[in-house]
Amino acid sequence: MNAPFFEFGLFGEGTSLIVAFIVGIGFGFFLERAGFGSARKLAAQFYLTDLTVFKVMFTAVVTALLGLFWLSWIGFLDLSRVNLLPSYPLPQAVGGLIFGIGFVSGGYCPGTACVAASTGKLDGFVHILGMTTGILLFGEIFPYLSRFYDSTALGEVTLADAIGIPSNVMVFLIVVLAVLGFVAAERIEDWSAKKLAGER
Amino acid sequence: MTTIARTLGIQKILDWKSTRVERVPQPYWNPYAAGVGLGLVLLASFVIMGRGLGATGAFSSVIAAGVEQVAPDHARSSEYYTRYLGDSTNPLKDWLVFEIMGVVVGGFLSGTLAGRVKKSTERGPRISVRGRMIYAFCGGLTMGFGAKLARGCTSGQALTGGALMSVGSWVFILAVFASAYCVAYFVRKEWT
Repeated sequence: MNAPFFEFGLFGEGTSLIVAFIVGIGFGFFLERAGFGSARKLAAQFYLTDLTVFKVMFTAVVTALLGLFWLSWIGFLDLSRVNLLPSYPLPQAVGGLIFGIGFVSGGYCPGTACVAASTGKLDGFVHILGMTTGILLFGEIFPYLSRFYDSTALGEVTLADAIGIPSNVMVFLIVVLAVLGFVAAERIEDWSAKKLAGER
Repeated sequence: MTTIARTLGIQKILDWKSTRVERVPQPYWNPYAAGVGLGLVLLASFVIMGRGLGATGAFSSVIAAGVEQVAPDHARSSEYYTRYLGDSTNPLKDWLVFEIMGVVVGGFLSGTLAGRVKKSTERGPRISVRGRMIYAFCGGLTMGFGAKLARGCTSGQALTGGALMSVGSWVFILAVFASAYCVAYFVRKEWT
């Protein structure tokens, strides 16, 4: 058991920033490869013509999920040392609803806006400007929001804990759901393509 | 010219040059392949650092640092900004700030290699550039606010928390998709 390396003190804060930069390069590279530097491609998810967002996101989640599961199973990774964010379902649901409005009208999410801007998309720059303003606005009115922000505090809780099933069963369920989702996504894309062809 | 080039065997080089001038963008990757790549980057982050990816947090640090420059007392008395200012060290010497700089470089690298770096504005056929920019700004503003309330965005909550099976992250994912599908009809002029 020697991972996460940073948590076991294999390197210090300074090196961690270099790791951050390299991890970021990988992150940005694959986002751009997937086509996420294009707002039209991202927004197409919500008009059912191109479900790339769903496919990429859930493939990434399942890949990392299975990787974490297997690496901890063989005893290489100590999952208890991986930083799990605490859950606040109510503010997170409301935040998600607000975020969704911004996603479909702005066309990007925070990470993809950076990729868009770096590949010359001017709307990506403007989106980042808007985002910065939104974060500043939140910061300024935070005193009025802090009670709601900290409401329904559940702590570090996973879906497996919440439902009351073993972790490995939950992993299996998520993988099955994702595969079913991919099959459905392919069918929906075919259906949309036929519908568009019919309209022409 | 073409015949000479062919006999000399340099036709390929000339073709390569002309395609570079035209900059024909390459097709995007298969979504499942890109997804596995993204998932492996996320997994590497978990294994090396014990933490996942993020994006909004980097902007929060930059804003907190900016507010501290403009109004130091205001920033240090705020419960919110102090979270990002930390102790006396530079708030920009932050993991997510460095990660997001990498994202910009990685995106540019991939875009350059695929011939996709071009000054343009992404929009549907029925909206003006000006109209699109207004939507982009307002959408960005709404998103920034929502991401702060949810304690993260598609990177920090959906990908990272999703892979860790965090309850709040899955609630966030469902809420984002539900809301975006409901609002899509009202902004259809922007994209379709």
